[in-house]
Amino acid sequence: MTDTVDAGPAAEAPAVDEVIIRFAGDSGDGMQLTGDRFTTASAMFGNDLATLPEYPAEIRAPAGTMAGVSAFQVHISDHDITTPGDAPDVLVAMNPAALRSDLHTLVPGGTVILNRDTFEERNLAKAGYDHNPIDGDDLAGYQVIEVPMTTLTKDACKELGVKPRDADRSKNFFALGLLSWMYSRPIEATLDWIEVKFADRELVAAANRAAFNAGHAYGETAELGSQRVVVRKAPLEPGTYTNINGNTALSWGLVAASQLSGLPLFLGSYPITPASDVLHELSKHKEFGVTTFQAEDEIAAVGAAIGASYGGSLGVTTTSGPGVALKGEAMGLAVSLELPLVVVDIQRGGPSTGLPTKTEAADLMMAMYGRHGESPVPIVAARTPADCFNIAIEAARIALTHQTPVILLSDGYLANGSEPWRLPEVADLVPIDVVYATEFNQTNEDGEGVFWPYLRDENLNRPLALPGTPDLMHRIGGIEKEDGTGNVSYSPENHELMVHLRHKRIASIPVPDAEVAGDADADLLIVGWGSTWGAITGAVRRIRTAGRKVAHVHLTHLNPLPANLGDLLRSHRRVMVPEMNLGQLSRILRAEFLVDAEILSKVKGQPFTAGEIQHAINQRLDELAGEGS
Amino acid sequence: MTDVLDAGANREADEVPATTRADWTSDQEVRWCPGCGDYSILTAMQLLLPELKARREKTVFISGIGCAARFPYYMNTYGVHTIHGRAPAVATGLAMARPDLDVWVIGGDGDMLSIGGNHLIHALRRNVNLNILLFNNQIYGLTKGQFSPTSQKGKVTKSSPVGLVARPFNPISVALGSEATFVARTHDMDRQHMQDTFRRAYEHEGSAFVEVLQNCNVFNDGVFSTITKKDVREDMLIELNHGQPILFGSEKQYGVALAPEGVVIVDVAKLGIENVMVHDETIRNPSTAFSLSRIAKTPATPTPIGVFRAIDRDEFSSSVAAQIQEVQAQLGKGDLGDLLRSQPTWEV
Repeated sequence: MTDTVDAGPAAEAPAVDEVIIRFAGDSGDGMQLTGDRFTTASAMFGNDLATLPEYPAEIRAPAGTMAGVSAFQVHISDHDITTPGDAPDVLVAMNPAALRSDLHTLVPGGTVILNRDTFEERNLAKAGYDHNPIDGDDLAGYQVIEVPMTTLTKDACKELGVKPRDADRSKNFFALGLLSWMYSRPIEATLDWIEVKFADRELVAAANRAAFNAGHAYGETAELGSQRVVVRKAPLEPGTYTNINGNTALSWGLVAASQLSGLPLFLGSYPITPASDVLHELSKHKEFGVTTFQAEDEIAAVGAAIGASYGGSLGVTTTSGPGVALKGEAMGLAVSLELPLVVVDIQRGGPSTGLPTKTEAADLMMAMYGRHGESPVPIVAARTPADCFNIAIEAARIALTHQTPVILLSDGYLANGSEPWRLPEVADLVPIDVVYATEFNQTNEDGEGVFWPYLRDENLNRPLALPGTPDLMHRIGGIEKEDGTGNVSYSPENHELMVHLRHKRIASIPVPDAEVAGDADADLLIVGWGSTWGAITGAVRRIRTAGRKVAHVHLTHLNPLPANLGDLLRSHRRVMVPEMNLGQLSRILRAEFLVDAEILSKVKGQPFTAGEIQHAINQRLDELAGEGS
Repeated sequence: MTDVLDAGANREADEVPATTRADWTSDQEVRWCPGCGDYSILTAMQLLLPELKARREKTVFISGIGCAARFPYYMNTYGVHTIHGRAPAVATGLAMARPDLDVWVIGGDGDMLSIGGNHLIHALRRNVNLNILLFNNQIYGLTKGQFSPTSQKGKVTKSSPVGLVARPFNPISVALGSEATFVARTHDMDRQHMQDTFRRAYEHEGSAFVEVLQNCNVFNDGVFSTITKKDVREDMLIELNHGQPILFGSEKQYGVALAPEGVVIVDVAKLGIENVMVHDETIRNPSTAFSLSRIAKTPATPTPIGVFRAIDRDEFSSSVAAQIQEVQAQLGKGDLGDLLRSQPTWEV
């Protein structure tokens, strides 16, 4: 076999600097798996990459329909990239519905690889075609490669004793083999993976292997030689890399925070898309002493996390927007109790059930203001899938060192998207110092030692005495309490003092200054937060490569905001804020700094492309040039 | 954290110092209405804990919202007054994180059966090591007199001026329906019975559920007096004692027997003592206990008090901890560097 399926980049294949491939098919066609395997092979080969999985909310939408189309877009390159690409160069369409739903995303002149076997009456009708697009002019202007993938897969499996129905399920590996050939991907990783994954199902392993090899061989035998290219390794910083998605990185970050603080990790959670994978991942890591509690509802999940935190664990709850809404009252309790708590919100399209499997970043206002009373909490946001690791540690660090609930914002795009991640050295991670009270901190009228749970230190933080600590018994609660003693107090003056103290202690949490990427002296400043980092960074690079000036500030800390942000905003003529909402950060910036921060909004359940932001930047720069300086 | 708790652990080896009621009483002024049944429950608890040789620093009271939920402020222990209905959830997290603690959950009928009903039934289903006391006064007190999920049908309250339409929950039936492993009822007019019942709850491994019939003398005064007043108790309270025939009445002339339609009250002279049901707390199937819980149309007819059910079943927190210990015994303690390299990696 090895002589026909050459693993290395073919010496004769011409090199391209990048390619964007979109695998699209029915939910049952295994497109997520196919994309994931192609990604892993590319990552291990040494490309830089970014991915965008897109799948329907239904587990099995009616087969063959537009509603059932599942797609996986991957961008691979020989240089540093930050997005899964504006428009695919190649569309792999496993059925007519996939072609109909995703053809418009393809670049003009792009390549369509389709499974010809599925372009028959029944599937065409399900996709809503009244004709066969292969015969019409739908595909004019594209390079079309028609492959009878189902037939060839079944033929390849015939000798193995695999039932035709089972063989049909392996056609995604045929597509993977063909694409692996076209882009000169190494094949060992994929073949090894098949061995391990289907170790106890030899027939399935054999069928997938045969399909993969058949697809790979097809490239050569069908004289697709002119299509074959190579995407060389990217000059990544030396180190050990793994390909990581946001939810896995976030889970590992929480485990790391537990190790760095020496506190056991307690996760209270309730299943919700797209956050459930964090619950799944952490449930696997009992070797780290992680306790996962799948609660009866979102409220119990946060309640249990608060209880565990009160007992001395690192209390965490993970959810998506609707769950945060349900947890609001308990978060108010944690604000009042001044207990550490990490609330992870993997945002999705809303309101209500909205678009559970699609991305949006419209929970910032809820994170900032979505609780009763004056109840400020620190907010941090991850910018890339791998960054979710750092942000999880940062959220835990703030929670534990400032005794407060912290909201961590991620989104569906980061959660499921992946990128190569240079692994940090564990020794370089900064420990989190947690101090619990063990002694009296005050003397009563009789000269006896007493413990005051709300006696504040220089950072306005109160001491935490864990239950079990001798002599420091005390009561805390959601009723307003007297500063210092912590006793129930309805005094007007005390309440005003406490409202101000709770505000001040959060507002004065030190956060790093915002850093400017691009041209500090540019007329136009782009301010972003969260997962728009990739698209903004890509756009800013293109603008600057074209010789125009633009500056970019990306916020990790959204509450409190960096101290230098106001000056940065005021030092540019125009400020634009790309957001996957109708203008939430931009409104905060306007309110806080009285600057005319303009929203660039996208709420399609999909991330921005770099091209969209590039276009908007160019428009603004043209206007600024027109205005003169 | 380890250091802090080690300090406590060292003391563990020592004899528990003798304590008195005063040691368990906080310095906070009790703010229930004068004459409220909650006072006698508080006293019963403050007198019992010294007898149990419990440690104050290892004792935590978690409550929700309502009159009953102020309880933790008055105990010189650790305590958290949480939010409406959520005390069982917060307590579950604490019990899982800290199996060394004695965790008590205090709430009323609105708190635990209305807004927090979901948390109560799931805590009981899981069998978390909690002592849950539900003070049932069949009314919302702190919000000044609306009907509660245990108010009787037809009850006239501020929010049901022409009579309550819905039927009430029977807290004992709810707990048994959740297959709680310990279910008991007591009342605020009998300190000794409260203490005996709380003691049994304390000693039970797993979720212990106790309904305390409690008088709200402001919004629902005397709602249980038809069964708990001293001069009617003999005829109206059916004391359940494990291994004993279930008899009541001044001459023990009434009994409880199993009939085809469930448990019924019988005339002992007519039926014969040999046909009276012998109470068995340990029957694993909750159906008999459930049937017992249905005898009383509280508070108008004879009502069983005491322990309905007490069975052994795996406790939740320790089972969760055992899974962790088992994995750690197999794999050793996790290494972060190994975790980061647990997916395919490559070198650049």
